[in-house]
Amino acid sequence: MNINLDVQDISTRPAEKCVTKLKAENINLYYGTFQALRNVTLDIPSCSITAIIGPSGCGKSSMLRLFNRMNDLIPGARVEGNIELDGIPIYNSKIDVVELRKRVGMVFQKPNPFPMSVFENVAFGPKRHGIKNRGELEQIVEKSLRQAALWDEVKDKLGQSGLALSGGQQQRLCIARVLAVEPEVILMDEPCSALDPVATLKIEDLMRSLAADYTIIIVTHNMQQAARVSDTAAFMMMEPDRAGVLVEYGPTAQLFTNPKDKRTEDYITGRFG
Amino acid sequence: METRTAFHKKLREIQDDILALGSMVSKATSRSIEALKKRDLELAQHVVADDKKVNQKRYEIEEKCVELIATQQPMASDLRIIVAVLSIITDMERIGDHAEGIAKIAIMIGDEPPLKPLIDIPRMAEQTIDMLRRSLDAFINHDAEAARKISAEDDTIDQLYDQVFRELLTFMAEDPKTITRATRLIWVAHNLERSADRVTNICERVVFVVTGKMEEIGASKY
Repeated sequence: MNINLDVQDISTRPAEKCVTKLKAENINLYYGTFQALRNVTLDIPSCSITAIIGPSGCGKSSMLRLFNRMNDLIPGARVEGNIELDGIPIYNSKIDVVELRKRVGMVFQKPNPFPMSVFENVAFGPKRHGIKNRGELEQIVEKSLRQAALWDEVKDKLGQSGLALSGGQQQRLCIARVLAVEPEVILMDEPCSALDPVATLKIEDLMRSLAADYTIIIVTHNMQQAARVSDTAAFMMMEPDRAGVLVEYGPTAQLFTNPKDKRTEDYITGRFG
Repeated sequence: METRTAFHKKLREIQDDILALGSMVSKATSRSIEALKKRDLELAQHVVADDKKVNQKRYEIEEKCVELIATQQPMASDLRIIVAVLSIITDMERIGDHAEGIAKIAIMIGDEPPLKPLIDIPRMAEQTIDMLRRSLDAFINHDAEAARKISAEDDTIDQLYDQVFRELLTFMAEDPKTITRATRLIWVAHNLERSADRVTNICERVVFVVTGKMEEIGASKY
């Protein structure tokens, strides 16, 4: 399904800041013989939050993982179509996937700090990318933890294990870890589903503050969360052969008050799904 | 497959409540005119007293809506229905107030000799009540086209109001002793004209429920 939307029309950001950051064109994704996504086309605007919603199994996470080629890790996964980051096709043998994943970071459903100190968790990425200077690393760690709204809570226990933090803190630590390598896009796959409501609202608040500088795509089961946090929203669903399709894509306020497609309406009002 | 059965049942109940409130204010309007025509002061007192029930019903519906918003986070057409209900009940409560106003005028007039037989005023009332009934049908049936048509009928009410006004003005010009009585009847006609305007507001909400767009569909002359 082709849904052509001008990112200028759907973004709430100033026009000069809003460009197409990611572009997916006629995407078909297969896991072996099973088709997981069919003919998906959408443009993701920069410096905003795009939410992908839809029933379980509709291909939301598969869609998300296309943007930093995480699906490459799944045996038998095959992608047809074109995905571009800043106009450069990313499914191209010349693309350095490690560099791509640095630019397009990811936060997962379950907080997954490394079994090491808070400091080392955040410094891990920059170190891997060649930064050795302690002072520089300290600066990066502090900046990233501040951006992730975690600094004040952990500044006195940077040497403690990341696993000793609360669930919400662990998730913000994982976000800080992503921010430390200075990505441009952050993919979030159900980032709050393992968190309590207060921790959830903190992450949402953090997402809003990050949206000024980063392009964020979030997959969520929680429609209220998508409504609260995103600027644009995409609704996906499964066709009878279980392939995921994009049904509707547009400004969040419109999708949740006056969806254009009957299937979106039925899903968000709980008449199916 | 319906997955939010309890929520949608409550939403349907609210829509039934809207019809009940509609019936209460229609009845109040027709009874106020009847009291005026028949100089039935007791009936007029009843209309005044019953307005409290109208207000109560309105608050009851409002509370149900607030509860559904808080507990169910309605979306899309469900959200639009609730937003529309909140607006429609305000309009209906005001129609109730206009009926109460007419009843109070009837009490004020008391047993003064009639200025003239009432013809256009009851006609205005009948048509307003009919428009109200059909606008609520349009709301329940999500019929934007019907709502637009009903809204356009407000012009007839405005014309009747003009007619009543001109006629009573003639009475007053010919005989200043009639001024008090004629003015009171103008108030009655004005109340009805306002009620019909409220019906056009309801029609606008019906259009909103269907299309998701807030638009003014029938700007009244007054």
